[in-house]
Amino acid sequence: MSDTHAQTVAFVRDTMTEQQEPPLSQSGAYKWMRENLLSTPLNVILTLVSVWLIYSVLSHVMPWAVFGIWDASSLSECRTIRDELYGADANVACWAVISERWKQLLFGFYPPEHYWRPVLAFVLFLVAISPVLFSSLPRKLLAFSVVAPFILFWLIWGGTIWGPICVALGFVIGWAIIRYASPYIGALGSVILAIVVPLLYWFVLAGPLDDLLASILPIGLEQVQSKQMGGFMLAMIIGISGIALSLPLGIVLALGRQSDLFLINKCSVIFIEVIRGVPLIVWLFTASLLLNYFLPPGTNFDLMLRVIIMVTLFSSAYIAEVVRGGLAALPKGQYEAADALGLDYWKSMRLVILPQALKISIPGIVNTFIGLFKDTTLVVFIGLLDPIGLSNAIRASTEWNGIYWELFVFIGLCFFIFCFSMGRYSLFLEKKLRREHR
Amino acid sequence: MTTMTDPPGQGFRLSQLIYDTRYRSLTIQVVAMILLMLLFSWLVSNTIHNLQNLGKDFDFGFLWQPSGYDINQRLIDYNSQSTHGRAALVGILNTLLVAALGCALATVLGVIAGVLRLSNNWLVARLMAFYVEGFRNVPLLLWIVLIFALMTEGTPAPSAFRGDTPSASMLFDAVAITNRGVYIPAIHFNAAFFESGLYNWLLIIAVFAASVFAVKRIGHWAAVKQEATGDRPTTWYLTLGVLIVPTAILMVLMGAYFDLPSLQGFNFGGGVHLRGSLIALWLALSLYTGAFIAEIVRGGILAISKGQSEAAFALGLRPGTTMNLVILPQALRVIIPPLISQFLNLTKNSSLAIAVGYMDARSTLGGITINQTGRELEGMLLLGLFYLVLSLLISGVMNVYNNSVKLKER
Repeated sequence: MSDTHAQTVAFVRDTMTEQQEPPLSQSGAYKWMRENLLSTPLNVILTLVSVWLIYSVLSHVMPWAVFGIWDASSLSECRTIRDELYGADANVACWAVISERWKQLLFGFYPPEHYWRPVLAFVLFLVAISPVLFSSLPRKLLAFSVVAPFILFWLIWGGTIWGPICVALGFVIGWAIIRYASPYIGALGSVILAIVVPLLYWFVLAGPLDDLLASILPIGLEQVQSKQMGGFMLAMIIGISGIALSLPLGIVLALGRQSDLFLINKCSVIFIEVIRGVPLIVWLFTASLLLNYFLPPGTNFDLMLRVIIMVTLFSSAYIAEVVRGGLAALPKGQYEAADALGLDYWKSMRLVILPQALKISIPGIVNTFIGLFKDTTLVVFIGLLDPIGLSNAIRASTEWNGIYWELFVFIGLCFFIFCFSMGRYSLFLEKKLRREHR
Repeated sequence: MTTMTDPPGQGFRLSQLIYDTRYRSLTIQVVAMILLMLLFSWLVSNTIHNLQNLGKDFDFGFLWQPSGYDINQRLIDYNSQSTHGRAALVGILNTLLVAALGCALATVLGVIAGVLRLSNNWLVARLMAFYVEGFRNVPLLLWIVLIFALMTEGTPAPSAFRGDTPSASMLFDAVAITNRGVYIPAIHFNAAFFESGLYNWLLIIAVFAASVFAVKRIGHWAAVKQEATGDRPTTWYLTLGVLIVPTAILMVLMGAYFDLPSLQGFNFGGGVHLRGSLIALWLALSLYTGAFIAEIVRGGILAISKGQSEAAFALGLRPGTTMNLVILPQALRVIIPPLISQFLNLTKNSSLAIAVGYMDARSTLGGITINQTGRELEGMLLLGLFYLVLSLLISGVMNVYNNSVKLKER
């Protein structure tokens, strides 16, 4: 065989050639640059413009930030140090304002000896929120999530421990009525009773009970007023309470807007459109200027509570619209299937419709939450000391008069970290909940 | 079937109000109605009591009283002797001005950033992602304050333009960027047709709009001709002429000339003075909203499946035609509704003007007027109503547009 072969073909290679490296233009950094930066003339121009842009920004910002002065007690001292180190015309940051005032930016005027309380509250909050965020954690942690709001309130505002316990007792009463009384008085009766009895309890019994328990066994923390709180702590309190309260309210409003009942439908539509049509800042001014007109003479309650109520109402209207989008996106067959199974309205919503609709609306809901968290900065206009308000206060002091960028950079970075991680979490959740194959 | 087996003669029972689905919805609505009425009457009676206690009444007469305060940035004539109503109008026009400017710039920025973020140029795509994430995740208020600080701290004072060797110079000898604001050339008329500048500009706009309409007709005529003969007549010079010539002739007839800003004493005179507050608010709103629009544009383009452009190429369409006839009509359907809601957001966010002292509707009607007259209830009501009407108008336009581009399904 080999003989004939040798005669018909002049040369047959009987060994493999050595494997060659790919040509320089087809491998490594060179290829990457050719493909990703310099593929067409337009791309070359774009790359050059971008490089110039990046260079011109970084050449100003980097020396300013890197050579910044961290150790000084006032802006003038900062400038003296700068003159000694780099000469008078150097432009460097004075990070000392952050290292000196970061506690204030985080906690406002919260008493320094009690800083451990908000910190502990934040840690507990993370523990309480984790089983909600990540389904791989043990479900028993959810019990703690239910109790957590009362503990967090007590830690941050202080006072006797009996106040939150007495309030929590009302919820326990309501739950107990639904759980144990419904076989005897029917579902509807027990729901009505579970609303009425706790309300009566809170208005009539809770106050005296709290006083009585506090006088018998005075356990508690030192009370801290709302107006002492500020900075990121304030933004977190308003943001987190707003988020936690507006989600259920928003879902109810969305259901109302989809409802067949004429009156409920129209009320929800009017509420949503009016709230969404007017800027948050106008609502905040309404809360601070006008709320006293609408309440019985003599009522006056905490400004922070008013803000939380306003922010909750505001973002619940936005969430309602997002959830409505999710409800509308579900195929009609899902509703009909739930009806065909004989489920009543609430059961069909809870078991069939909402789990799917909420899944679709997750990105929108998280975006609303990010917006809400950013909007907490607006409270500065009605006199609460959020981070931006505090930066104004710091600038007004004699030591730090005239300092801008360092504070802005710090505040901006903190907000960026919070909001960016929320956005990433929403992407993670979207991926996890995606059932269909793509 | 069940009605057949029911014992006959069973009349209406009270329990049907709860257990019969025919009546239950009625019951729920009546209960809700009663609760709602109770709530409203409670609120109204509280308000009446409180107003009585304070010795105030509910009266919009203050709108016709002289305001007594000055407004530094205004589009119409106004002085401190004008009424509160006119001050509110000045503020409303200022809000509309910054909103319109902001919407225009935000759209441009957003479209550019959105398209560039999809670019296959790695550096540009990263840079745009950085822009989008940076602006989306930091509060707008911070950006407004920051850009305002940049405007006042980072720009030269008017005195820097003076002397033989000025340390700052005007752009093209026409635009001066100073820490007191930006001065741009103004267009004035020698032989204006009307006394008021507003009417002159309305006339010019009307003529220009007529030109645009004529251009549309020309395009239509060209399309008809193409249908009939297969050849599209060359129309670009005709279009260009019709678009520019009538307006230009009108401007020349009215004796239009540029009024360039120049140093007069310690400050610039002539031209149009745009205050730093307006510029800062405008830039911040545009950059912030632009980041959101960029994401919308990107999502809209990504939503069109690749098969669409491949199908268009298979039909033999050129890339430009493919974009115009296949990709854009579909992408716009995805892009426009959220885009309009971003415009709505921008308009509402313009109320943050309070941070830089720009005199918008909230600062005049909802700010100084309230403080001077003590009419919080009326002032906030009018302010809320203004924003509400504006929002409903914009979303009404959006719905009309939405219906016109919606997929017509069977």
